[in-house]
Amino acid sequence: MSLTIDELKAKALQIRRDAIGMIAAAGSGHPGGSLSEADLLAALWFRVMKHDPKNPQWAGRDRFILSKGHGCPSLYSAMAHAGYFDPAILPTLRKLGSPLQGHPDRRFIPALEASTGSLGNGLSIGIGIAHALKLDRSDARVWVMLGDGECQEGQVWEASMYAGAHRMENLTAIVDYNKKQLDDMVKHILPLDPLGGKFAAMNWHVLEIDGHNMAMVVEALEESRKVKGRPVAVIAHTITGKGVSFMENDPKWHGVAPTKEEATRALAELGV
Amino acid sequence: MVREFTLGPATREAYGATLVELGKTNPNVVVVDADLSKSTYTAKFGKEFPDRFFNVGIAEANMVGIAGGLAHSGKIPFCSSFACFLVNKGYDQLRIAVAYPRENVKVVSSHGGISIGEDGPSQQSIEDVALMCTLPGFVVCVPADEAQAKDLVRRAAAHQGPVYLRTGRPKVAKVYDGGEFPFGKMRQLEEGTDLTIVANGLMVAEALKAHDALKEEGITARVLDGYCVKPLDAEAVTRASLETGAFVVAEEHSRFGGLGSVVAQCLAQHAPAPIEQVCVEDTYAESGSPQQLLEKYGLTWTHIVTAAKRVVQRKGGPTRREPPAGAADKATESEPHPFEV
Ligand SMILES: Cc1ncc(C[n+]2csc(CCOP(=O)(O)OP(=O)(O)O)c2C)c(N)n1
Ligand SMILES: [Mg+2]
Repeated sequence: MSLTIDELKAKALQIRRDAIGMIAAAGSGHPGGSLSEADLLAALWFRVMKHDPKNPQWAGRDRFILSKGHGCPSLYSAMAHAGYFDPAILPTLRKLGSPLQGHPDRRFIPALEASTGSLGNGLSIGIGIAHALKLDRSDARVWVMLGDGECQEGQVWEASMYAGAHRMENLTAIVDYNKKQLDDMVKHILPLDPLGGKFAAMNWHVLEIDGHNMAMVVEALEESRKVKGRPVAVIAHTITGKGVSFMENDPKWHGVAPTKEEATRALAELGV
Repeated sequence: MVREFTLGPATREAYGATLVELGKTNPNVVVVDADLSKSTYTAKFGKEFPDRFFNVGIAEANMVGIAGGLAHSGKIPFCSSFACFLVNKGYDQLRIAVAYPRENVKVVSSHGGISIGEDGPSQQSIEDVALMCTLPGFVVCVPADEAQAKDLVRRAAAHQGPVYLRTGRPKVAKVYDGGEFPFGKMRQLEEGTDLTIVANGLMVAEALKAHDALKEEGITARVLDGYCVKPLDAEAVTRASLETGAFVVAEEHSRFGGLGSVVAQCLAQHAPAPIEQVCVEDTYAESGSPQQLLEKYGLTWTHIVTAAKRVVQRKGGPTRREPPAGAADKATESEPHPFEV
C-alpha cells in the first residue's frame, strides 16, 4: 500500500474516529494515547511498512510492535482497514470473546508480533526479532512504538544501549512523545529531556519530528530505512488527545472512556 | 436461598483511606508509587502529605529499591502498583533490597486477580501470591473486604518486617463490620462438619453463599477466611481436617503456589484429607466484564458447590484412586502408586 499524504491524513482521521467509537462502546480504554499515535500508525500501515494482509505470516514482512499496548484501539483500526480483519468487529473491543483484547494479544490475533500491555517490554522483543531477521538474511525491518512515559522503564534503556552497541540497522524505535503519562504530565512525574540526546548517546540515529505533520512523519520513517550501521529513533512530538479539543493536553483523558455524549462531541470534531 | 451482601468499597479504596489515617499519626509513614497512584489510591496520601509521597514514574524495579532504602533509614514505606507490575517487575528488588535484608517495607498491590476485567491478562495478576510466598520472611495477606483491608493495612504498619497485601479493583461484598485479623490466623465464619471451605479475597463472600446452598442440600460446610496465606494458620487447618475431613480452597489466583497450595501442603504434612481447588487453572484469562470472567474461569459460589460435592464424595471413599493401567509395572513394591490428579 502506498497512499498519498492526503490519503494518509484521511486514514488517520478514520483511525481517530474508530478509536473514540470503540473506547466509548467498550466503556473503558485509553483515548489520549490512542489519538496521539494515530498519524504515525496511518503512515506505517498504509505506506511505509512492507506487509501483506492476505498473507500475515509472510516471512519478508516488516514487524510492528506496539510496546505501549494500551494504544491498541488505533492499531486495531489501522489493521482492520488495511485488511487484516473486518472493520465491523471494531465495536467489540474489550468484550468477552472478542479478538480485540484490551491490550494486544497474540493468542487472538497472530498478526500481532507481540503481546504487550506491561510497559517496557517491546523494544527488547524487537531486538530479538531484528537479530533473527539478520540471521535469516531478511531485509525486513522492525518497528517498535513506545510511549514517552514508558521510556521511564529501565528495560527500555538496557535495550537501547544494546541496540546501539550492536549497530542494529534494521530497527526503528518510534516514541510517541505526547508529554503525558497516567498520573500527570511527564515533566511533573519524571522528565525525559533530552530524549533524543539519550538515544544519540547510545549510538542511535535520531530524528525529531512533529508527529502530526504527515509529510514529515512519512519522510522520517522512510529515511530510517536508509540509515546504515545504526538503529533509528524517531522522536515524534505529539499531543495527547490530538483531534479532540477537550481531550488535548489533558492527562485526565489518559485512561477514561468518553460518555456517549462526549463521544458524540468528539466525533463531531473528527468530522462525523 | 443463598445470602445477599451489600456492595462495599474496593479493598484498594480501603487501603488509600487507611494510608491517610496512618500518615496523620505516624510521620515515618512514606509512600512510593509508579505512575498508578490514581488506581492504587495512594494519590490521596500524596495530596495530604506531598513531602512523604514519591511517584517514581513507570519504573517499578526502581520503586522497590527506593522503598528498601527508605526502610533501611527508619521510614515505613508503603510501596504500590498493580500486582503484576509491582511483583513481577520488582521481583529481584523485592528479593535483594527487601526480603534478604529483612527491610520493613509494606508492599501493597492493587488489581490482584482477574476481576479487573476489560484490561485483560497483561494487567491481571494470577501469580503474585505464589511469588510473594516464596520470599523468606514476608507476611502475605489477601483481604476480602473494606473492614478487613483496613485492619490489615494498620497491622502491616505496626508489624516489624516485610508484608505483602493484595488488594483488588472492583467494589466487593461487605463481609465484615470491623474486627481484628491477626497475621498467622484464619477467621471461622461458619461451623460445619461435612467439609471445610477455605477462601480469601472476593472468594470469601462466594464461599458463604456456597455454604448456604450446600446447607439446603443437607451438607454442612465449615467456612474459614484464609486471609493470611503466610504464615498459614496450620492449627485451624489441621483441626478442620480432623473435624470435617475434606476441603475446598477458593481463591482468585493460579492453581499453583497460592492458598490452595499452602493448605494442601499443610494437610499432607499434618492431617491428610481430600482437597479440591477453585482457582484460575493453568491459563491466562482474557478481556471481559469482571463478572463474566469470574463465571467463565470458574470463580463463583456455584463452582464452590460443585467442588464441595465432589470432595465430600471422595471423603471416606478411596481418596486414592486406582492407578492407570500399566502404571503399577513401573512402580517398585515399596513406592506408592501414582495418584490420578
Ligand atoms: C509496567 C507497567 N506499569 C504501569 C502500567 C500502567 N499504565 C498503563 S498506561 C500508563 C501510562 C503510559 O504513559 P505513556 O507511555 O506516555 O503512554 P501514552 O501517553 O501514549 O498513553 C501506565 C502507567 C503498565 N501498563 N505497565
Ligand atoms: Mg505519553
